[in-house]
Amino acid sequence: MSYLRKILAIVWKDIVAELRTKEMFSAMFVFSILVIVIFNFAFDLRVSGERVRAVAPGALWVAFAFSGILGLNRAFVMEKDRGCLEGLLLAPVDHTAIYFGKMLSTILFMLIVEAFMLPVFTAFFGVNLFDLRLLLIVVLGTVGFAAVGTILSAMTAQTRAREVLLPILLLPVAAPVLIAAVKATAGVLDGLTMAEIARWLQLLVAFAVIFPAAAFMTFDFVVKE
Amino acid sequence: MERTDKREPLLIALTALSGVMVLVALYLALLGAPDANLQSETGRYAQRIIYFHIATAWVGFLAFFVTFVAGIGFLRTQNRAWDIVALSSAEIGTVFMLGVLVSGSIWARPAWGVWWVWDERLTISLIQFLIYVGYLMLRSSVEDPSRRARFAAVYGVVAFISVPINFIAIRMWRTQHPLMFGTEEGGLGPNMMFAFFFSLITFTVWYVTLMWHRIRLERLRDDLEALKQELVG
Repeated sequence: MSYLRKILAIVWKDIVAELRTKEMFSAMFVFSILVIVIFNFAFDLRVSGERVRAVAPGALWVAFAFSGILGLNRAFVMEKDRGCLEGLLLAPVDHTAIYFGKMLSTILFMLIVEAFMLPVFTAFFGVNLFDLRLLLIVVLGTVGFAAVGTILSAMTAQTRAREVLLPILLLPVAAPVLIAAVKATAGVLDGLTMAEIARWLQLLVAFAVIFPAAAFMTFDFVVKE
Repeated sequence: MERTDKREPLLIALTALSGVMVLVALYLALLGAPDANLQSETGRYAQRIIYFHIATAWVGFLAFFVTFVAGIGFLRTQNRAWDIVALSSAEIGTVFMLGVLVSGSIWARPAWGVWWVWDERLTISLIQFLIYVGYLMLRSSVEDPSRRARFAAVYGVVAFISVPINFIAIRMWRTQHPLMFGTEEGGLGPNMMFAFFFSLITFTVWYVTLMWHRIRLERLRDDLEALKQELVG
């Protein structure tokens, strides 16, 4: 079995598990909506006001990031609780294949939730989020966030504090993703050209390349006994 | 246990040296250095915090670099000595980073009229501090020593890589807005330069001293643990 097939086997396993339980998607989706509701209360957003334009990119990415953290937490805690992590590690695959498999399935779940969130967001706040550039930003931001989140989640799942620890470790490290994604999203909403938001996209690309590479080199130390 | 005894006098001397150097640096910063070319009296007094503030920031970031290098050292060798260095440096760095935030705020109040602005350097310092806190929380949340060391090393490496990216991102984020306040140093005079670099060296020596103490403490703890195990059997 090639390396890629091994990765896809892990992704497929996660998809099947999710299709049978649906616990991850429902939790992430409902939580994202709740974040939007809370934002609405906190900033008293009114439809199509100037305020919405100012707050919308931030609210959108906070919802994505927080629901992403929920998903990331489940990714490894689920394996750990059911004693499946040991099984995964015993499988005759390079440990980094587990990292990439978990990263891809997290990206997939996050993207599905985000795909559902964009129309909801558009309806709630009256800003048009249907834009191809925005799609690119969402994908790049999600990849970067999940890349660094997956390795940290693999660690925190094996600690005493578990779910509590992941956001504390992840958010300062993933801050550049959030900054760049929020800025690029704001740029799209403000009608800036591609050239004007290019530097934010470059930052997202750089992040999405550097962190999988760093995780690739260190993941073995996180899972070995 | 014997290994620390031989170098004990050297450690005491170094401790005394850093104590004296801190006092001299304090004198230079408060009295020795000439007044800054500022209008308000409060401003001139407040400006003197810069000597300690920047030196503290330097140690704060240096300590994280040491944690990063020691983390790589640990991952390559699995040697406990590297882990002790990483832990010691992270703990000292946390304290210094907190010092940066506090001394910065004390200075910002008279200089800018506010305790805090989301300026690039302040923001990166705060994120750096939070990374340190996360690092220590991660350590305290893992019981098995070898796993703790591995996790801490991995986080040290991953977080260190994120610092320059964070800095670039925050810098780009800030340049979108007009700079609210000018940069703080309008050029330091020769006498100010001396006080400035003296503080920088002093704080570096101080850092080395603290590192030595902290590493020694951790080794003694290890020895004590080993003795306990021996006694219990």
